[in-house]
Amino acid sequence: MQESTANQVAANATSSFTEHLQRDRPELLPNNRALPVGPGPATPLQVPHATTIVAMSYAGGVLMAGDRRATMGNVIASRHIEKVFPADQYSVLGIAGTAGIAIDLTRLFQVELEHYEKIEGTLLSLDGKANRLGAMIRGNLPMALQGLAVVPLFAGFDTTAGVGRLFSYDVTGGRYEEREHHTVGSGSVFARGALKKLWRPNLTEAEAVSVAVESLYDAADDDSATGGPDPVRQLWPVVYTVNRTGARRVPESELATVAGNIIEARSSARREA
Amino acid sequence: MTQQQFYVSPEQLMKDRADFARKGIARGRSVVVISCEDGIALVAENPSPSLHKIGEIYDKIAFAAVGKYNEFESLRQAGVRYADVRGYSYDREDVTARGLASVYAQSLGAVFTAEQKPFEVELAVAEVGPSQELDHLYRLTFDGTIADEHGFIVMGGQAEKVSSAITDGWRASLGFPQAIRLAMRGLVTDTEADLKAKALPVKAVEVAVLDRMSESSRGSRRAFRRLNNADITALLAEED
Repeated sequence: MQESTANQVAANATSSFTEHLQRDRPELLPNNRALPVGPGPATPLQVPHATTIVAMSYAGGVLMAGDRRATMGNVIASRHIEKVFPADQYSVLGIAGTAGIAIDLTRLFQVELEHYEKIEGTLLSLDGKANRLGAMIRGNLPMALQGLAVVPLFAGFDTTAGVGRLFSYDVTGGRYEEREHHTVGSGSVFARGALKKLWRPNLTEAEAVSVAVESLYDAADDDSATGGPDPVRQLWPVVYTVNRTGARRVPESELATVAGNIIEARSSARREA
Repeated sequence: MTQQQFYVSPEQLMKDRADFARKGIARGRSVVVISCEDGIALVAENPSPSLHKIGEIYDKIAFAAVGKYNEFESLRQAGVRYADVRGYSYDREDVTARGLASVYAQSLGAVFTAEQKPFEVELAVAEVGPSQELDHLYRLTFDGTIADEHGFIVMGGQAEKVSSAITDGWRASLGFPQAIRLAMRGLVTDTEADLKAKALPVKAVEVAVLDRMSESSRGSRRAFRRLNNADITALLAEED
């Protein structure tokens, strides 16, 4: 009798916010939506999609940047959307794919990490965070099969090892650690090409910011779903750096200068492509 | 053979339970929660570096408890779950100390009347506001009684003695260093009544604060910050 009580207590002791919701309020989980039965609509659902995210390591940390455009078919759904978010003090996450679901997943992931920290009184390890995110993406697989996929990029500072690390995912929740740099989204092929030429080991933080903005610029140049720096509206990419001191959002003024330099260099070179 | 049933009046039953809970709480060491100019300071006498009596619940809300560890720890975790679910399903600003305190009051009340044994705990729920008038301090006792306190809360073993020491020194204009030193002086009266001069060792206390201006000073909406031994030593080295 007593043993069963102890077992019950142990089974109920969870530090995971998602597990708690699953048990008590399953309707609040983003993955817990009833899927339509039968064949889907003839044309794909028109929902906003978020596009290019780039991430790279630099001396002492990792950086992640995302453009500001969301598209719905051939229409620009938003010029202000943010696709890179701080996950907790030492990690950030960028999202590509179906914007609505991705933003929900991000919110859940942020609460998941904070919840664990408050219940346990300590931060989850970076590998623990990366695995947790993988499980959430795996939970979204039924939706992904219907065309509502979310593909995140995760970067953080491993406080135990003292290094910045970078993780990519596929729609089945598979987790892959990347070295150097990685990109996701429809503009990723172009950004990746740029990164291959611009990135080198031990970039300083300022150089890394500049490389990130330039690779997003290249992605925006060739991918209609990625937005470039917008001097008219004063819109710049969202850039976060993570190092030993934690995650920091690079201020707009700094990005305006970096983007201004790139635009100037490109226009003075007078080259078409 | 069946067991003999005795009649016990409800008055006697409740009184016995209350006495039982009070005795349990009186054995524990004290906790002080002080609202001051910089925010809210929470100071507990606690020799363990890992079993906390003070904890973060949400952005602006902290929790402090005295009594039985397993009981208040389960209440703390329940509070974190309540706050996180509420903030996730509505919005972060919809999580308030008042809501949390009333959930605690209901749980404690239900346990006090319906369970075998009441919880031997006393809790404080503190919420830091943008100005001192908007700070909230709630005291919850084992029977589900809830009180909205002003200025400070003292709970635990020698609450009355500690409380009188704090009352003498409390002013709204205190900063964190003064508030924490005041709390430490109060807690000394608790244990070392005969050796007034002897201060509490840093290792025997647990200190946390809710920063009023955490957004501007630390760039974080989470106001809760636990002070480590070095921080506390530095604070105590200063003069009032």
